[in-house]
Amino acid sequence: MVELTQEQIDKLKQLGRTQKANLLKMGDDFKQDVQKYVAAIYTCNATGCHSGGAESVIDAFKESLETFGLQDKVRMVATGCMGLCASGPLARVEIKGRDPFLYQQVTPDVARLIVSEHIVPTLEKDPNEPLRLSKYLQGKELSLKLPFFTKQKKVVLKNLGHSDPEDLGEYVALGGYQALMKCLEMSPQEVLEIIKKSGLRGRGGAGFPTGTKWEMLAKAPLVDGEKFVVCNGDEGDPGAYMDSCILGGGAHQVLEGMMIGAYATGATSGWFYIRAEYPLALQRVELAIKQAKKYGILGKNIFGSDFNFMADLRYGAGAFVCGEETALLESLEGKRGTPHPRPPYPTQKGLFGKPTAINNVETLANVAPIILNGPDWFQSMGTCTSKGTKVFALTGKVKHSGLVEVPMGTTVGEMVNEVGGGTSSGKPFKAVQTGGPSGGVIPASHLDMPLCYEELKKIGSMMGSGGMIVMDHDDSMVEIAKFYLNFTVDESCGKCAPCRIGGYQMLQLVKKIADGKGTEEDLALIEQIGKAMKRGALCGLGQTAPNPVLSTLRFFHDEYEALIKQATEKRQAETKLKGEISKLESEMNKLETQKPATGAGCNVNCMKR
Amino acid sequence: MSETEQEIKEKTNALLTKWKSKRGALIMALHEIQGVFGYVPWEAMEVTSRELGIPMARIYAVLTFYNYFKLNAPGKVIVSVCDGTACHIKGAPDIIEGFQRCLNIKDGETTDDGMFHLQIVRCLGCCGLAPVVVINGKTYGKTVATDVPKMVNEWRQKMAEA
Repeated sequence: MVELTQEQIDKLKQLGRTQKANLLKMGDDFKQDVQKYVAAIYTCNATGCHSGGAESVIDAFKESLETFGLQDKVRMVATGCMGLCASGPLARVEIKGRDPFLYQQVTPDVARLIVSEHIVPTLEKDPNEPLRLSKYLQGKELSLKLPFFTKQKKVVLKNLGHSDPEDLGEYVALGGYQALMKCLEMSPQEVLEIIKKSGLRGRGGAGFPTGTKWEMLAKAPLVDGEKFVVCNGDEGDPGAYMDSCILGGGAHQVLEGMMIGAYATGATSGWFYIRAEYPLALQRVELAIKQAKKYGILGKNIFGSDFNFMADLRYGAGAFVCGEETALLESLEGKRGTPHPRPPYPTQKGLFGKPTAINNVETLANVAPIILNGPDWFQSMGTCTSKGTKVFALTGKVKHSGLVEVPMGTTVGEMVNEVGGGTSSGKPFKAVQTGGPSGGVIPASHLDMPLCYEELKKIGSMMGSGGMIVMDHDDSMVEIAKFYLNFTVDESCGKCAPCRIGGYQMLQLVKKIADGKGTEEDLALIEQIGKAMKRGALCGLGQTAPNPVLSTLRFFHDEYEALIKQATEKRQAETKLKGEISKLESEMNKLETQKPATGAGCNVNCMKR
Repeated sequence: MSETEQEIKEKTNALLTKWKSKRGALIMALHEIQGVFGYVPWEAMEVTSRELGIPMARIYAVLTFYNYFKLNAPGKVIVSVCDGTACHIKGAPDIIEGFQRCLNIKDGETTDDGMFHLQIVRCLGCCGLAPVVVINGKTYGKTVATDVPKMVNEWRQKMAEA
């Protein structure tokens, strides 16, 4: 590396200070610019709504605004995820001095009606005149007073459904990169203390305290002048898409969190590792890095300080095990994603053998708000051990399916019945599954259980990354266990025997039971294998793979029992039937041998005819 | 997609230049190769091995470890049926069966005429629309098994017109 002279460094610092001023001005310009609009239409263009046709809705809005000559008066914004994905595409209309309106299942036709029947008449009216929903739009409005919206507390998702994720100016106007600026005026140690004090814990599943992890990295010396921070965006849990939306709608927020982490720990560069199946997230992160480089947020002597930092993006390639940190590092190095034993922990020996801290997307997204609002604010949300909020992907058989953020400690019942609005089928609620293939089920009897790391662990599940799948009375728990186990067996890297062999054998047993061929002994064997895997497997994937089975076995033992009872009865009936058949056969044989050749003695006298 | 061996080699060579100097670039390079050819051809593997100085065995090991990479050319129409948890409990197995019966192929296979390729995927991140099917980038949400013949016909027609 070329050493810079003091003069060069001073020049870079001067440039950094100018860039900082320019960036802040960008935010101010944005605020100024928005003043000219009298209304705004926010259309959700995250993965869910995009798949539902949001793009054509946006075009229809634009076209319609132009028809009425309103394109300079009404701001059109394609936003990140608004949350209620099942009712998408969503559009939110905000007119100055009026209550906001949210529309669901917007089609291009509805979009045109929203402009002609809602926006145009409202703008013509006196602001004090009450507003009535046009008859053409009946049934399309979605009340913002739904518990789905009111029960939420948005920290990570705050800007997501309400800003243009591709506009750096808007992010700065909303306070973006000001947390980083604030940090650069403090010492790294002070930043670390704030994160430690806030009680922020890893949002990827295990809940390791972020401050402690960062402190470990801060203490580790540079190796060959390098130390890394990695953002884990390999969200492989089927049925969870929080990270996808956070990255797609708030890439700058995650990048800012990563940079604050790097400043606090002395890391020199950062890596985003994101699933290749998330094209929108990849595109937005790439754009954020590009913008950050352009405006001097990434680079040397950032904002005139001594802090240098660079970030890069790497794609995942569809391996669930790569969400495990040691496997993720292997994959980042361009190898097969097989985990290795810890210690050494990545904070001692990580990527390319250098100290590395790996944080989940949502964890990093929490950092900037903590710095801006202070650790006490963050402490005020959540339970005694789990602070802040948690983003969940509430899916499955639930009425209001989507992305939600609630304070830690919200109960299961509140989530399912209030936020989710109950089951979509109207049938009784049976259980929710959290933690994906590593988690377990929470039965209906635990509706008042608060959602936090400890409580979930206690009942044999885990927080996981935040997938929450609601199931009703029609769902067989044995089938669910089989589904998850099938997944982990398929995704097992095969390095260690407990996971490779244990998982496979356990799956055979669960399949046997599901197919109606199980015995009581199979249940005992499943428990035994499960315990062995938990204790013996090398990484988190293997250790937690038995969870879905063990947890359903714990709470829905009767379903397994019923299948086994059926199987036993079937077997007994079969044995009985076989016995009877063989008895009949032997009797027939007996009769055959006793049969007189002449027909004499035949009861029916058939032979005489 | 019917590049000659020579074309594959040249194209691969060109896109590898940017990855040569970077650390741990193999997976990214393979992503780009698949992006160009739709799969990772053997010739491209050979070029990658030579240019990045990585043994063929290791490249093959990586390709077969990750679900995302394909070693054979897929069909013209790629049907991805999501079997994530949300889609699974909302009926994805019926849809998978529908496609298997309609196209007479199994997961990961291509029809004899090289038209359709069926793959079962894990969570596409739009669980609100479960069950989800994606065909050549077009998303079909809240699908039911009876939609399958319609979707297949739609794409047959599209490909016939093209």
